[in-house]
Amino acid sequence: MTELWQLSAAGLADQVRRGSVSARDVVRASLDRIERVDPALHAFVDHRGERALADADAIDGARARGEPLGPLAGVPIGWKDNLVVAGERTSAGSRMLADYRSPFTATALQRLQAAGAVLLGRTNMDEFGMGSSTETSAHGPTRNPWHRDCVPGGSSGGSAAAVAAGLCPLAVGSDTGGSVRQPAALCGVFGLKPTYGRVSRYGLIAYASSLDCVGVLGRSVDDLALWLAATAGVDPADPTSVAAAPTTGAAAPAADLRGVRIGVPWQLNGPGLDDEVLATVQTALATLRELGAELVECSLPSVAHAVPTYYLLAMAEAASNLARYDGVRYGARRGEGTSCDAMTTASRSRGFGDEVQLRILLGTFALSVGYQDRYYGQAIRARELLRSDFARAFAACDLLVSPTSPVPAFPLGSRIDDPLAMYLCDALTVPASLAGLPALSQPCGYTAAGLPIGLQWTAPAFGEDRLLQVAGAFAAATDHHSRRPPA
Amino acid sequence: MNGFTTVIGLEVHVQLATQSKLFSPAPSGALGDPNTRVHAIDLGLPGVLPRPNAAAVELAVRAALALGGDVQRVSRFARKNYFYPDLPKGYQISQFESPVCLGGAVPLGAGRSCRLQRIHIEEDAGKLVHGELGTLVDLNRAGMPLIEIVGEPDLRAPADAQAFLLHLREILRYAAVSDCDMELGSMRCDANISLMPIGSDRYGTKVELKNLNSPKMVQRALEYEERRQAAILAAGGRIAAETRGWNDEAGESRPQRSKESAPDYRYFPDPDLPPLVIDDARIEAQRARLGELPQQRRDRYRSAFGLPEHDVVALTQDRAVGEWFEAAVQTGVDAKTASNWIQSDVLPAWRDRGGPLAEFPVTPQRLHELLQLLAQGTLTQVTARRVFRHMVAHAGSAATAVQQLGLSRIDDADTLAPLVAGALAALPEAAAAVRAGKERALDALKGHVMRATKGRADPDAVDRLLRAALAAD
Repeated sequence: MTELWQLSAAGLADQVRRGSVSARDVVRASLDRIERVDPALHAFVDHRGERALADADAIDGARARGEPLGPLAGVPIGWKDNLVVAGERTSAGSRMLADYRSPFTATALQRLQAAGAVLLGRTNMDEFGMGSSTETSAHGPTRNPWHRDCVPGGSSGGSAAAVAAGLCPLAVGSDTGGSVRQPAALCGVFGLKPTYGRVSRYGLIAYASSLDCVGVLGRSVDDLALWLAATAGVDPADPTSVAAAPTTGAAAPAADLRGVRIGVPWQLNGPGLDDEVLATVQTALATLRELGAELVECSLPSVAHAVPTYYLLAMAEAASNLARYDGVRYGARRGEGTSCDAMTTASRSRGFGDEVQLRILLGTFALSVGYQDRYYGQAIRARELLRSDFARAFAACDLLVSPTSPVPAFPLGSRIDDPLAMYLCDALTVPASLAGLPALSQPCGYTAAGLPIGLQWTAPAFGEDRLLQVAGAFAAATDHHSRRPPA
Repeated sequence: MNGFTTVIGLEVHVQLATQSKLFSPAPSGALGDPNTRVHAIDLGLPGVLPRPNAAAVELAVRAALALGGDVQRVSRFARKNYFYPDLPKGYQISQFESPVCLGGAVPLGAGRSCRLQRIHIEEDAGKLVHGELGTLVDLNRAGMPLIEIVGEPDLRAPADAQAFLLHLREILRYAAVSDCDMELGSMRCDANISLMPIGSDRYGTKVELKNLNSPKMVQRALEYEERRQAAILAAGGRIAAETRGWNDEAGESRPQRSKESAPDYRYFPDPDLPPLVIDDARIEAQRARLGELPQQRRDRYRSAFGLPEHDVVALTQDRAVGEWFEAAVQTGVDAKTASNWIQSDVLPAWRDRGGPLAEFPVTPQRLHELLQLLAQGTLTQVTARRVFRHMVAHAGSAATAVQQLGLSRIDDADTLAPLVAGALAALPEAAAAVRAGKERALDALKGHVMRATKGRADPDAVDRLLRAALAAD
């Protein structure tokens, strides 16, 4: 018999609406699963327990009164610890915000609640999103459900592990340079980073404002589509949010991919890739061809500069975004009773972890007088070049395909002391981030050791429906996504 | 001064008269109990984003138009990064490379003017309050909308700086951009001053003056600084590039910070805010709301009403006064008469009372009615002014005030005859003097009757009756 925790979000919401299961039972099943499985994984920082059950009861009550229920009725959702929820703790994985509680709720989460979703608990992450392994979290690392000595990827590693391990069917993440897609790939689940501005950033604790996107991890394309339909749309509280035509909400997978032109940028499909990743993606490309897709060789020349460009911009913006954590109004305060400068210095030196301090220092340098044009300015120009590369590529194809991560999940501790090796994990995901384009990762195979491998799709701006359709077609033709990690 | 040319440039911050802050829905106003006008956005809480206030942008555009600047169709907000406990985000949102307005000018009078370099929009910081409890932070002011008006170094004398500020204030008040109150901080001025040898075209080292809380203080501080620099240069010394704070009580400035220790603000475009795009329709809407500026109004008053210069200046210092004046003229009051009454009665009473002139109890229509009673002979010049004061204190029409004060003019002979007789009896020397041909002695007798009637007697009737009585004796 299929257990509740194994069901998709769409399936659960359908049952709750029909009344064949109560929202309380659905949420209870997730909480039980967390109790049983999560101690070994540490995907969740904490969960809302009784408060989540009370929210579920409200949905059951609404149904009993005959009120209409939303498309995500009763679906328990995890959220990354950098999205604020009124009254709940939010730490962004940092000691700096260890005891911080927000007075308001992030727009994306508010919209999920309005669609009937139940906020379950907050998931672990790299501190302020700065990492690709969830090892820089002040709460300790999260383990990969497929291999507990390996990282889940990051920075939304907690969300990826939670979905992969069946703790919840959907978990919200955020993606600045690949932080949804890379952990999705390493944990064998689907991950969607929408177009920049498509989902409101209000309530997302900023890492790099021009790159940050709220995204989602799930076990089916349909669930991603449901999530997007619930969260997308302009928000007066986010001046960078964009009014675009609403998504169809349904993935409506094409039966085949005839007539779809899929670009294969060589820079993202060979150099520096792990052999097993390369071979698995080649097999996926063959499957796509069998489904009728036309594969088009293409080139994104500026991708060669994508990683340094991304890190310069992200660090420069981060140095400014994280300046507010000074111990004056909220958050960790150290050095009280000294001078203002000494208090700020002490609070920041103790409150931030090493990786965050490293990025603040580099970002500050990149914006300094005398260096700004050489570093920040140069990165801005490189970003424009990359945008033009994508525009040229999309003149000849509908979507781009590549692996999501150059490597499968790697052992805990194997890269944490080598920032450059860690930064290269993002080589394939940062291009779409820099160009603000929507991208999706889906499972496309496994290594000999049984670690998942992800396939990344990139579409033109606001092409999420296209992403979901093509990913749906590939998933329908394969069964990589149905495999579950060992219990 | 003493062989040197003085070069002065001003940077003026003006608080825009909006209902809410520049990037948050918190009510504007630095007043109120500390930290009561603060939204999560002003606190810089994790996850907040700025929400641009369209009204602030519109007032900035109106200011730019009023000062003849070139409104930029696309400008950008930028972050100015520095740490200070009254700066919640660790950066101030301002404009740097791409301000909302380039150019423009401020008149200095006598046909001269000072060019403007730029006008940009920025948010204010909070403030630190030093007291018994130590240093506390009040964020009511944090996020208040400001424009910074940056003048070119065109000013050559401290008096020019004062003229710049007075004209700027007048224009911005006319345009309803700000109340420009330097004492309360809704207008703030920093002044840069340097000296160079006469005939040179290379500016000397400049010093920045801060803590200047009135146009007069700006002039005083600049005069002091001009003398200080001239003395140093005359003695062969060098001017230190520094910021100095003015102490008005001591009448001197003191060094605050050297330019070498100025922080690197690391300006960069704010990624939370898309470019600020202002289309022609938005600019024209503000131009339409600009109305008449002080210089235009003064020209019109000279030509349309033929008023003397003193009157023109008095009526145009405040936009509301001119409007009151014109409303009075509309009701039929002679322009010069209206101007006289405004200067001698309306303005002093309004200043005592406070509040907007539009709520002043004597409306232009009521002044018109009062002046009609005067013209009809019901009131004298003296009683009319008493009626006016009564109307200020109790509101109501002139007729009601006259009734309440029992002040209609006395001109009937039956009432006045005994009073005339009384005057002749009380002042026999004056009566004798008039009979002896000393006309001027008649005034004392008239005054006696006027006092007896508290000014209500008709002077012509009293004159006639006195002469008749004296002739009859």
